[in-house]
Amino acid sequence: MGSITLEKVSKSFGTTNVIPEIDLEIADGEFVVFVGPSGCGKSTLLRIIAGLEDATAGTIRIDGADATREAPAKRGLSMVFQSYALYPHMSVYGNIAFPLKMAGQEKPAIDKKVRDAARVLNLTDYLDRKPRQLSGGQRQRVAIGRAIVRQPKAFLFDEPLSNLDAALRVNMRLEISELHHQLKTTMVYVTHDQVEAMTMADKIVVLNAGRIEQVGSPLDLYRNPKNLFVAGFIGSPKMNLITGAAAAKENATTIGVRPEHIGLSKREGPWQGTVTVVEHLGADTFVHADVDGVGPVTARAPGEFAVKHSERVFLTPEAEKIYRFGENGDAL
Amino acid sequence: MATLQTRSAARLMMTPAVLMLFVWMIVPLAMTLYFSLLRYNLLMPGMEEWAGTLNYRYFLTDPAFGAALLNTLLLVGGVLLITLVGGTLLALLLDQPFFGQGIVRLLVIAPFFVMPTVSALVWKNMLMHPVYGIFAWIARLFGLQPVDWLSSLPLFSVTMIVAWQWLPFATLILLTALQSLDEEQKEAAEMDGAGPVSRFIHIVLPHLARAMTVVVLIETIFLLSVFAEILVTTNGGPGTESTNITYLVYAQALLQFDVGGASAGGIVAVILANIVAIFLIRLIGKNLEA
Amino acid sequence: MARAISTRRKLTFTAIGWLVGFVIFFPILWTVLTSFKTEGEAIASPPHFLFFDWTLQSYYEVQSRSNYFKHMMNSVVISFGSTFIGLLVAIPAAWAMAFSPTKRTKDIMMWMLSTKMLPPVGVLVPIYLLFRDWGLLDTRLGLVIVLTMINLPIIVWMLYTYFKEIPGEILEASRMDGASLAKEIVYVLTPMAVPGIASTLLLNIILAWNEAFWTLNLSAASAAPLTAFIASYSSPEGLFWAKLSAASTLAIAPILILGWFSQRQLVRGLTFGAVK
Repeated sequence: MGSITLEKVSKSFGTTNVIPEIDLEIADGEFVVFVGPSGCGKSTLLRIIAGLEDATAGTIRIDGADATREAPAKRGLSMVFQSYALYPHMSVYGNIAFPLKMAGQEKPAIDKKVRDAARVLNLTDYLDRKPRQLSGGQRQRVAIGRAIVRQPKAFLFDEPLSNLDAALRVNMRLEISELHHQLKTTMVYVTHDQVEAMTMADKIVVLNAGRIEQVGSPLDLYRNPKNLFVAGFIGSPKMNLITGAAAAKENATTIGVRPEHIGLSKREGPWQGTVTVVEHLGADTFVHADVDGVGPVTARAPGEFAVKHSERVFLTPEAEKIYRFGENGDAL
Repeated sequence: MATLQTRSAARLMMTPAVLMLFVWMIVPLAMTLYFSLLRYNLLMPGMEEWAGTLNYRYFLTDPAFGAALLNTLLLVGGVLLITLVGGTLLALLLDQPFFGQGIVRLLVIAPFFVMPTVSALVWKNMLMHPVYGIFAWIARLFGLQPVDWLSSLPLFSVTMIVAWQWLPFATLILLTALQSLDEEQKEAAEMDGAGPVSRFIHIVLPHLARAMTVVVLIETIFLLSVFAEILVTTNGGPGTESTNITYLVYAQALLQFDVGGASAGGIVAVILANIVAIFLIRLIGKNLEA
Repeated sequence: MARAISTRRKLTFTAIGWLVGFVIFFPILWTVLTSFKTEGEAIASPPHFLFFDWTLQSYYEVQSRSNYFKHMMNSVVISFGSTFIGLLVAIPAAWAMAFSPTKRTKDIMMWMLSTKMLPPVGVLVPIYLLFRDWGLLDTRLGLVIVLTMINLPIIVWMLYTYFKEIPGEILEASRMDGASLAKEIVYVLTPMAVPGIASTLLLNIILAWNEAFWTLNLSAASAAPLTAFIASYSSPEGLFWAKLSAASTLAIAPILILGWFSQRQLVRGLTFGAVK
C-alpha cells in the first residue's frame, strides 16, 4: 500500500514562499512524475514528502495516516538521490543491507534479501566492491537496490538519471519503468526532462514557480495543455507559440501549433516563409523557418524533406490542432 | 536538510560545546574584570576593598608597562618580519625540485614541534651560552669576542628563539599556498614574456597575499602570549628588558601576588588582543562564506 | 609541466636546500647528539660533533634521578585525555554546524574562534584562584580540563571543515534508510570522516603536548608534564647539558614523528581552514 496525499501543503524559507498551497493525490501503485524547470520547487516538494524538509503548513498523509511530523525514517519511504548518495566506506553489499540493518532484521534474512535484490539488478558480481569502483550505471542500480530491499510504501526519485550519459539514461529509464511494472509500488519521480516524464509517468504533475500548473496523464497534457506554460513545456520540439495578427485572426492573444501538426510544402499553403535552419534526423526533418507576418516557426516533416537554407517553403497548420490562449495565458 | 527535528537535535548537540566554552570564557573574564577593580593581594587576605580604576592607573603608568608594551610590539614585529621573509624564501626553495626535497622539508618544519621550554633551554644553554655555546665557538673561530646573548641582547635573543619556532609555520602555509597556484597561470605569464622576477612580483606574490595575511594574524595571536620562552631564558630581565605584557601580568600575579593589579593587566592584554582578533575574524569569516 | 630541469640547476638547489635544512634543524640535531655524551664532553670546547664516546648514561640518570616517566605519563594523560574529551564534545557540535546550519551558526563559530584569541593572562588570575580553591592545582584533572577548553575551538573548527566536505545527501540517505540520529553519526558520518577525525586528533595531541602557559602555571611537582619538568632545568644548578638533552630528546621525539606525519593537516588546523 502506498497512497500519498498532500493537503494545502506550503513551504517558505524565511519570507520567500517557494511553494504556495498545494493539493495533490497520489494513488497506490501510481508512477507520478514531478516535472518543471529548475528552481520550480519540485525537489523541495519531494523532500517534504520524504520528511527531509518540513512543510511550513498543511498535511501529508501516507496511506491515510498523518505523517506531517513523522521523521523520515518512520515514513516507510525509500529515496534514490541525484548523486546516488552511496555510503563510500561500505561495500555494495553493505550499502544494500544498510536499511535492513537499521530496521533490526536478522542476518540470514538480510543476506537473502540483499542477494535477491542484487540478482534482480545484475549486481551479484559486484557485491564486494566499494562504490568508487563502480560505473555510473552500476552505482545507480546500487542506489535502487538499497531502496527496494526494505519494500517501502513508495519510492522517491530525485533526478536520478541526470548524472548519466545519454545512452545509459535511456537504458535506466527502461529499467526503472520495468521495475515499476514488477513491483507495482508507488513511485514519485522528479525530473526537469519532459521526455522522461512523458515516457515513464502514469501521471505528470507540471510545476512552475512552486505552483502546480496541471496534473494529468502524459497524453492528456499533450493534447489539452491548460495554459501556455504547459503547452510550451510538454512536447519536443516545443510547440510554436505565435502572437499578433495570426493569433488575432483566431480570436486569441496567443495561438500554439505543435511542429508535428504543421504540413510542409514547396508549392502551397497559407503561411509562407524562408528556411533558416534544417535539421535532418533521418526519421524526421525539422525545418525552422521565418514565416512572413508570423515570425519564427518550427515544423516537423516525417522522413526526409529536401529543402535548404534560405529557400522559400509553405506551411499549413492543421486547423483542428491549433491551441488558443487568452490574455492571462490560459487555454480558451 | 532542515526539519524541526534535525534542527532541535542540532541545537541539543551544540549545547555542550557552547556551554563549556561560554563558562570557560565568560566566568573567568568577568572575575578578572571584577578583581581588577579591587585592591586585592594574596599576601594580605581579607583586606580586599573597592579600588575603582586605581589598578588600571597603576598598571598603565608603571614604567614597566611601557617597556613591556614596547617589548611585546618589538617581539611580535621582529618575529613576524623574520618568519614572513624567511618563510617566503624557504617556501620558494622547497617548491624547487631537488634531491631529498621531502627530507629537507621535514628538517625545516621540525622546530614547530619542539615544545617551547625545550627550544628555549637548548638555545639558552647549548647555542647562546657565552662560554660553551656553539655561537661562542663560531665567534672564536673567526677571532671575535663571544657575545653574552641573553644578558646583553635579551629581547633580540628571545626574538631569535621564537622566530626559529615559528619559521616552519610560515613556511608550511606559504608553501601550501604556493603549490595551490595554478601552473597554467604561471605558464601563461611566461608566454606573455614575463621573466622570473616579474612573474614573482605580479603572479606569485599576489597569490601569496592571502596566506601571508593569515600567517600575520595567527602568529600575532600566539606571539602576544609568548611566555615559556621568556620564563626559562631571561625571566623577563635584565630589569624589564625582555618582559612582555604576558610575562608582566604573570609576575604581578604569581610572583607579587597582586591579584588586582594583575587582573587590570589581564584586561589590558585582552583589549590589545581583541584589536588583532577583529581583523582575523573578519578574514576567516569572509572565507567561511566563500 | 613536463619540462627538462637542468641537472646543474637541480644540484645547486640540492646543495642550498640541504644547507638551509641543516642549519634550521641544527639545534635539534645538536640536542640529540649531546644527549649521548657525558656531561664533561657536552661542554667541551671546541665542541665534539660526532667523535666522542657515545653513552646512554644521561638517559639512565634522567629516569633514576627525577622519575622522568612519571612526567612523561602526565604529558600522555593530559594531551590524550584533553583531546578525546574535546572530540567527544566537538563531533556532535561540528555535525550540527556543518549539516544543520542556522542563521546563527556562523556567529557561534566565530565566537568560538574568538575564545581562542583570548590571551591566557586575561583569565590566569581567576583560573588560578578557582583551581586553588577547588584543589585542582597541580592535578592531571585540572590540566585536562584547561587543555580541553583551550583546544576545543580548534577541534570544532577542524572537524567542521572536514564534515563540510561530506555530501549532505549521504546523511539524508541514511535517514531515509531508517537510521536514527545516533546511528547516522556512528555508522555513516564517523566512518566517512575518519581521516579528518584522525588528523584533528593528531594535531591536538601535538598542541596539547607542547602547551606551555597553563602547564607551567598550574602544575608543580606531581602533575607536571614534560614542558614543566624540562623548565626545571633552567635553574642555574640544573646546568647538566647532557641530561637536559636526554630529557629533551625523549620529550620531543614522539611528537616530532607525529608532527611529520600530520604536516598537511597542520596547515588546515592552525589556519582554521583558511588555507588548505
